[in-house]
Amino acid sequence: MSVEESHHRRLGWPALAWLSAFLGVPMALIAAVSLATKGPYGGVEWAFSLGAYGRLFDGLYIGVFSRSLALAGLNTLLCAVLGFPIAYWMARSSKRMQGALVLAVLIPFWTNVLVRLYAWMFILGRSGPLNSGLVSLHGGEPAELLFTRGAVVLGLVYEHLPFMILPLYATLEKLDWALVDAAQDLYATPRQAFFKITLPLARPGLTAGAILVFVWTLGDFVTPDILGGSKVVMAGNLIHQQYLVLRDWPFGSALSLGLMAVVGAGLFAAKRQEAAA
Amino acid sequence: MRRSPWLSAAGWATLAFLYLPLFVLVAFSFNASKYGSAWGGFTLSWYAKLFSDNKILASTWNSAVVAGISSALSVVMGTLAVVARGRGEEAGGRWQDAFFYVPLLVPELMLAVGFLLFFGLIKGDLGLLPLVISHTTLTVPLVWLIVKARFEKIDPRLEDAAVDLGATRWQAFLKVTLPLLMPAVVAGGLMAFVTSLDSFLISFFVSGPSTTTLPVQIYSMLKFSISPEVNALSTLFFLASFALVVTAWLLQGGEDAALH
Repeated sequence: MSVEESHHRRLGWPALAWLSAFLGVPMALIAAVSLATKGPYGGVEWAFSLGAYGRLFDGLYIGVFSRSLALAGLNTLLCAVLGFPIAYWMARSSKRMQGALVLAVLIPFWTNVLVRLYAWMFILGRSGPLNSGLVSLHGGEPAELLFTRGAVVLGLVYEHLPFMILPLYATLEKLDWALVDAAQDLYATPRQAFFKITLPLARPGLTAGAILVFVWTLGDFVTPDILGGSKVVMAGNLIHQQYLVLRDWPFGSALSLGLMAVVGAGLFAAKRQEAAA
Repeated sequence: MRRSPWLSAAGWATLAFLYLPLFVLVAFSFNASKYGSAWGGFTLSWYAKLFSDNKILASTWNSAVVAGISSALSVVMGTLAVVARGRGEEAGGRWQDAFFYVPLLVPELMLAVGFLLFFGLIKGDLGLLPLVISHTTLTVPLVWLIVKARFEKIDPRLEDAAVDLGATRWQAFLKVTLPLLMPAVVAGGLMAFVTSLDSFLISFFVSGPSTTTLPVQIYSMLKFSISPEVNALSTLFFLASFALVVTAWLLQGGEDAALH
């Protein structure tokens, strides 16, 4: 390396120093605090304790974690089923149209999450447009649509669908459609061609989308908080509550690391699956 | 394979699903009737109300200041890191890349919690500093990713040619590489700005009573009630991100399209 080049390298130091300090230290703090004791008025006392980890295995918390996993799994599945047709359609559109469609999917994605959730809160509310429509059609009392499990699932799908569409589209867009044509020339039915050719080739995009949806759903606390009222509790709500309401930082930290471990295990499993395929 | 009409129907239906709630939200921000979905005539009064609400004005100001400073910081640091890294695929480069990929893979809630502990353990009033620091950490990797994508497309021989013609390395960088990089730098800055403006989780965990940002303000408003004022505020917020994202998109894609 020349002298000039090594000067050149130093230009990267501010970013690297920044990320080590403001990413490394907070992450290390989560680990440190999880091993400390809760102070009398919240905060931390630096006395070593494994108490927070012991509480992780309480049936109540295991229940919340497994329900979050189930919801994240359901959301991933729904996003895949709903995302595939539109991604396929985008990939088979003209080049000009493709650019416009990607932008069309990106815009809701970049709209603030609270704005998007508020829109659903407004639509599903007791006196919202959906309920007034239903009441004028069928009469009777407005239905309880908001603050239900269904509302949370709807919100989760709405929020995470672009995470599935975009990687899927990116894979399908590069797919060699001649292979699909060849299968059909060799008398495969469209159905066979889809399941034997298109779907296996779309797998990398499907996996990438599934990972994104799954990880982001597990880390979500706003959707159940806003659309579920207090009726649907996910791992994220538990963590939020421990830090900001109960001010039990050590337990909150242990829960966060527990969540990270679950996410890590999921990623690892996905990677092994992908390697096996 | 022939394109079936069912496929495009499914595509359009999914787009309708993505956009319908936003259209409903926007439409009802102009509704004169305060309660429910009965149409009470067209009004701009909810927008007028926003501009006399001091809490909203203060949180908008906070959001703008934080987004401005953190996107400027991340543009400088992110772009420098791309240039410093160069094009090499050697181990050192890939080891550096990990620094930038990790924040993109860690759930935002974890970052939020980490920052809460970090700034919670530092006693004292830090004003907007915690927001600036946490948002910059979130946006540096984003700028890096966008600028890097463009940097890799620039032919290194262009800079070499300038040097052969008598420019110093520094001049060659300033006059050749940087101008070619500029659309991505601006796009990266815009995306960093939107990301900061957008960030709710981290701001929610880090901000204090006097450092509320716009999303945190919206959160407390919609926890309290559904009102057309929130519709109006959400509409403006939606339009702001819409304009920024479309501009960034055109900057990134416009020139690529011209090359094809």
